[in-house]
Amino acid sequence: MDAVERNKQYNKYVEAKTPQTKNFPTLIYAYLVGGFICMIGQGIFDAIAAIFPTMGVDAINAWMLIILIFMASFLTGIGIYDKIGVFAGAGSIVPITGFSNSVTSPAIEFKKEGITFGLCAKMFTVAGPVIVNGLIVSFIVGIIYLFL
Amino acid sequence: MLLMYVKVFLVGGFICMLGQILIIKTKMTSARILVSFVVAGAILEGLGLYEPLINFAAAGATVPITGFGRNLAKGVIDAIKEKSALGIFSGGLTATAAGVAASVIFAYIFALIFSSKSKNTK
Amino acid sequence: MKKKIGNQTIIFPSKPCVIGFYTVGGIKEGKGNLQEYLDFILEDDNFGEKTFEKAERKILEETMTKAIEKSKLKPEDIDMLVGGDLLNQIVASSFSAREFNTSFLGLYGACSTMAESIAVGACLIDGQFFKNVLCSTGSHFSSAERQYRFPLELGNQRPPCSQWTVTGAGSTVLSDKGSKIRVVSSTFGKVTDYGIKDVNNMGAAMAPAAMSSFVAHFEATNTKPSDYDLILTGDLGKLGSEIFIDLMENKNYKMGANYSDCGHMFFKNNQKTFQGASGSGCSAMVLNSYVFKQMQKGKFKRVLFGATGALLSTTSSQQGDSIPGICHVVEFEGGHE
Repeated sequence: MDAVERNKQYNKYVEAKTPQTKNFPTLIYAYLVGGFICMIGQGIFDAIAAIFPTMGVDAINAWMLIILIFMASFLTGIGIYDKIGVFAGAGSIVPITGFSNSVTSPAIEFKKEGITFGLCAKMFTVAGPVIVNGLIVSFIVGIIYLFL
Repeated sequence: MLLMYVKVFLVGGFICMLGQILIIKTKMTSARILVSFVVAGAILEGLGLYEPLINFAAAGATVPITGFGRNLAKGVIDAIKEKSALGIFSGGLTATAAGVAASVIFAYIFALIFSSKSKNTK
Repeated sequence: MKKKIGNQTIIFPSKPCVIGFYTVGGIKEGKGNLQEYLDFILEDDNFGEKTFEKAERKILEETMTKAIEKSKLKPEDIDMLVGGDLLNQIVASSFSAREFNTSFLGLYGACSTMAESIAVGACLIDGQFFKNVLCSTGSHFSSAERQYRFPLELGNQRPPCSQWTVTGAGSTVLSDKGSKIRVVSSTFGKVTDYGIKDVNNMGAAMAPAAMSSFVAHFEATNTKPSDYDLILTGDLGKLGSEIFIDLMENKNYKMGANYSDCGHMFFKNNQKTFQGASGSGCSAMVLNSYVFKQMQKGKFKRVLFGATGALLSTTSSQQGDSIPGICHVVEFEGGHE
C-alpha cells in the first residue's frame, strides 16, 4: 500500500491504543481547585469591601484580581504552582491565577538568558496569544456594537 | 453569605471543569485553553450574557479568565459609549490595564528573586 | 572480506572492544530501576552549575573523563571523540569535547545517538583508522523541557502518553583490543515517518523506525529475536514498545521475554513518568550501566541494542510537520571477563 494510506491506518491504530487522561478524578480535581480559587477571590473581595466600604465594585474587583495575580506569581516563584497544576489541570489554568502563572513562569525560566533577552522578551511566550486574541475579539465586539 | 460562597464555588468550579474537558478531549495546553476562554468571555459579554452570570456568582464568574475576556469586551463597549469610535481600540486594554500591569510587574519582581527549580527530584 | 551484509547492515570482522564505560544520573534517575548500576548519582541536578545547559555539559564531561579512567587509558590515548545530544547545535557535546585535546565528530541522532556513536566509532576502529574512540551522549530534563516544551514552573498537565526526559549521560570507550565485550555488527537506520504529529506521543512516532531497522538487521544477519539474550529499543516507552511488538508481529517476528525497552524499564511505577523515560541519556545510561555490567558477569552473551530517535524540531512541529523517527541497531557479544 502507498505511504499515505499506510500512515492513515497507522494513525488510526495509534489513536485507538493511546491512553487518554482519565475522566475521573481529573474532572473532580479541576472542579474543586477552580471552585476553591474562586472562593478565595470572593473572600478577598468581601474583605476589601468590609475594610473600604466606600470603594466601588469595579475598583474592588480590580484589587481582588491584582491580589490573586500576586499570589499566583509568588506561588509560581517558589515552585508550588506547577505542582498544583499537575493534579488540578484546568482548575489552576482557567482562573486568572493561571494567566499570572503563564507570565511569571517563562520570566523565571528564561532569566538565565539575561534580563532583557530572556526574562523580558520571553515573558509573553505563553500568555501573548491571550492578549492578542482577547483584544481582537473585543475589537470585533466593539465594531458590531458601533454599527448596531 | 454562605449561599454566596456556594454559588461562587459551583459556578467557578464548573467553568474550570469545562476547561478540563477540553484538555481531555482535545489535548490542548495552557495557552490554547486560556485563549479559548478569554474569547468566550468576550463574546458572551458582547451578547449580554455574562453580566447576569456575574450578578449570580460574583467571583465565580469574575475570577476565571472568562472574566478577563468579559472585561475586555465591556471596556470596549463602555469606551465607545463615552468616547465614541476610538473606544474600539482604547477600551479593552484600559479596562484590563490593572490586571495586565500587575501580571508583568509581579512576574518581573519574582523572576528576579526566584530561579527555576529542578522538577527531577522524585 | 565483504563487510556490508545488507542494505543498511555491516559487520566488524575485527570486533572492536568495549574497554571502558561510565554513567552519571540525576536525582530522579538515581531512584529508578538503575540505581544499583549507575556509577554516580547527582545530589543536585545543577551539578553546581548556574544553568541547566552548563550542568548538562558537566555531566557529559564527567562520564567522558571517568570512562577513559576506567579503560585504564589516558586522555592522550583517545584518538577520536564521537557524540551528540538534544540541545540546539549539540552544544553540550561540543563544549565537553572542548575540554579534551582530541578530534571531535559531532552527531545528531536525537535519542538514538548512543547507538549511532558506537556504530560510527566501531567503523573507525574496524577500518583501522583509529585505535581508541570515545562515544558519548547525555540529556537533561530541564534543558530539554525549556527548549522543546514549556517553562518548568508552568502549571501544565502532562498527557498520559508523554515521557520524561532523563538527566544523565553515558560514555563508552571502544578500542581495537582489550575486552570480551565486543561490537559485532551494526544496522544504520533510515528516516522513517508514519505521519504521527503529536509531539507528546514520541513512542508512536519512533516505533516504525525501530521496526524498520530491526527487521533489516534480522534479515541481513539471518537471525531471529530468540537468537539473542537481550534485545533493547531506546526510548519507545510503554505504549511505543507495545506498538513495536505489534509492528514486528506483522512482519512475522515475535518479540519475546528477552525484549525490553530502555525507556519503559528506567523508572519505577511510583515515579509517575507515564510512558517512561526518554532522552539520549536514557539508552546511554541503560547500556553503559546495566547492560555492560551484566555482560561482564556473563549474564548476556548476545545483545541487540537499537536506540531510537525522534528527528523533529520545535519549528517543524509548529509548522504542521509530522515526526520522523530513526533507529540505529548495534550488536554486542560478550562473555565472562
